[in-house]
Amino acid sequence: MAKTIQEINEKIKRGEVVVVTAEEVIDIVAEEGVKKAAQKIDVVTTGTFGPMCSSGAYFNVGHTRPRIKFGGGKVYLNDVPAYAGIAATDFYLGATALPDEDPRNSVFPGKFEYGGGHVIEDLVMGKEVRLVVQTYGTNCYPRKKLETWIGLKDMNEAVLFNPRNAYQNYNVAVNLSDKVIYTYMGMLMPKLGNANYCSAGQLSPLLNDPEYRTIGVGTRIFLGGGIGYVVWNGTQHNPSVLRGENRIPLRPAGTLAVLGDLKAMSPNWLRGASLVGYGCSLAVGIGVPIPILDEEVLRATAVKDSDIWAPVVDYSQDYPQLESKILAEVNYSQLKSGRIELMGKKVPTGGLSSYFKAREIANILKSWIKSGRFTLTEPVASLPDSRTGIVFKNLIERPLSSKTE
Amino acid sequence: MPKRKLLLTFPPNLVDKPITYHLVKDYDLELNILRARVTPKEEGRLIVELSGEEEKLKSGEEFLIAVGVGVEPLALDIIFYEDRCTQCTACAGVCRSGAITVERKEMKIIFEKEKCIACELCITACPFHAVEIKF
Repeated sequence: MAKTIQEINEKIKRGEVVVVTAEEVIDIVAEEGVKKAAQKIDVVTTGTFGPMCSSGAYFNVGHTRPRIKFGGGKVYLNDVPAYAGIAATDFYLGATALPDEDPRNSVFPGKFEYGGGHVIEDLVMGKEVRLVVQTYGTNCYPRKKLETWIGLKDMNEAVLFNPRNAYQNYNVAVNLSDKVIYTYMGMLMPKLGNANYCSAGQLSPLLNDPEYRTIGVGTRIFLGGGIGYVVWNGTQHNPSVLRGENRIPLRPAGTLAVLGDLKAMSPNWLRGASLVGYGCSLAVGIGVPIPILDEEVLRATAVKDSDIWAPVVDYSQDYPQLESKILAEVNYSQLKSGRIELMGKKVPTGGLSSYFKAREIANILKSWIKSGRFTLTEPVASLPDSRTGIVFKNLIERPLSSKTE
Repeated sequence: MPKRKLLLTFPPNLVDKPITYHLVKDYDLELNILRARVTPKEEGRLIVELSGEEEKLKSGEEFLIAVGVGVEPLALDIIFYEDRCTQCTACAGVCRSGAITVERKEMKIIFEKEKCIACELCITACPFHAVEIKF
């Protein structure tokens, strides 16, 4: 029995909707079977919370008297540079941006204590930050310098806009060398001393809709504690990777570009992150509702950690040298047990994505839908799937001397 | 057998002297080095666990003080900020002392301060500044 999103929304409005999380649905399907569960359940909620570079926010702070043009000048929030090449008082702050005076990795490994992600967290906490602008004057925008405190409430718009979030599956990072290495996948101890993973597995949004049947452009989501939208596929969206029989990607695959009102978000679900030796990032909480349109959609949401396999990659040599070597494949049930077996060795595991918080997000979204404050949207366009033949390319370099301008 | 965890501070003039050797040889103490940071011509710091007879522990400590080593009971102040922790479990993969474990059903961090040996690996591993150490 197929349902439509409109029918589900009517059930939400009548307070009759049946919502379960992507964790709860597993047992329901095991006990009652797909057919019965698909009739009963209207929505399955997913969640994920992990450091996601390719996050950031754009702002408009209004005009000063006399006017100043940020565009073409330099803009700093708490000493962290923002991108000003948009307009007079619009700018974008990326999660990985660092203060000019941050020592970075000059004393290795750098600590990266404060960056763009931390500024975003501070703003969402309600703190005021230092806005400093230096620019050139024009006839219509004569002012050249601005220094002021500013908070979210003072701004016209503050919009979280993340070009790539919610990776559908990800590498498990290990270190085969004999020295500690510091990566965006955390600190990796020598000779397979630990293995780090970063996915919510069975709760992760795109792993519950592996072929993007329901999640598309325009899907309303939980974003950073507020409401946001999927606005496009994320960058590096790679739907054509190797998939298992259950159609779950065996490699990092799809991604989402998401956007939402930063003013309505909460520091519980947006947290600045410092990856020693690597840089700054932003941990983002995302929850996506999956409308149970038919049995196939439901079957996909019942995926278990033990059915989701991730590639183990060496980050000491293979990853930095762009070698596509996979050491092994392990599943998320093994990863979450705290130890995996790798090349004859028992290797302790650590996560970067918080399953605990992913579960909280799925439950919050469930309560929002049950209470009627969150309805589902019909996607206005699909995300590119494996049939589109879209493949994530590496950069082919061509020497500048090979061509005259 | 009585045990004691101590923080020993070596002034620059003692850094190149084999002092812990005497604790073993002359005072019959069992010495377990939990952590050491010694830089030539600078101060050295050693966190040790000494075990032996009460009397010998006492004379061993007196010997250390007499030669000029700073001796303090190890009052490690490891602070685990529950509110900063996101339960990501990155720390659990690097903790070797068993102080940080994960309650696997909830996927929640359990921090047992008394098992901590102050190796500080979790401080480096944590992206959210959720662990701090003061000593």
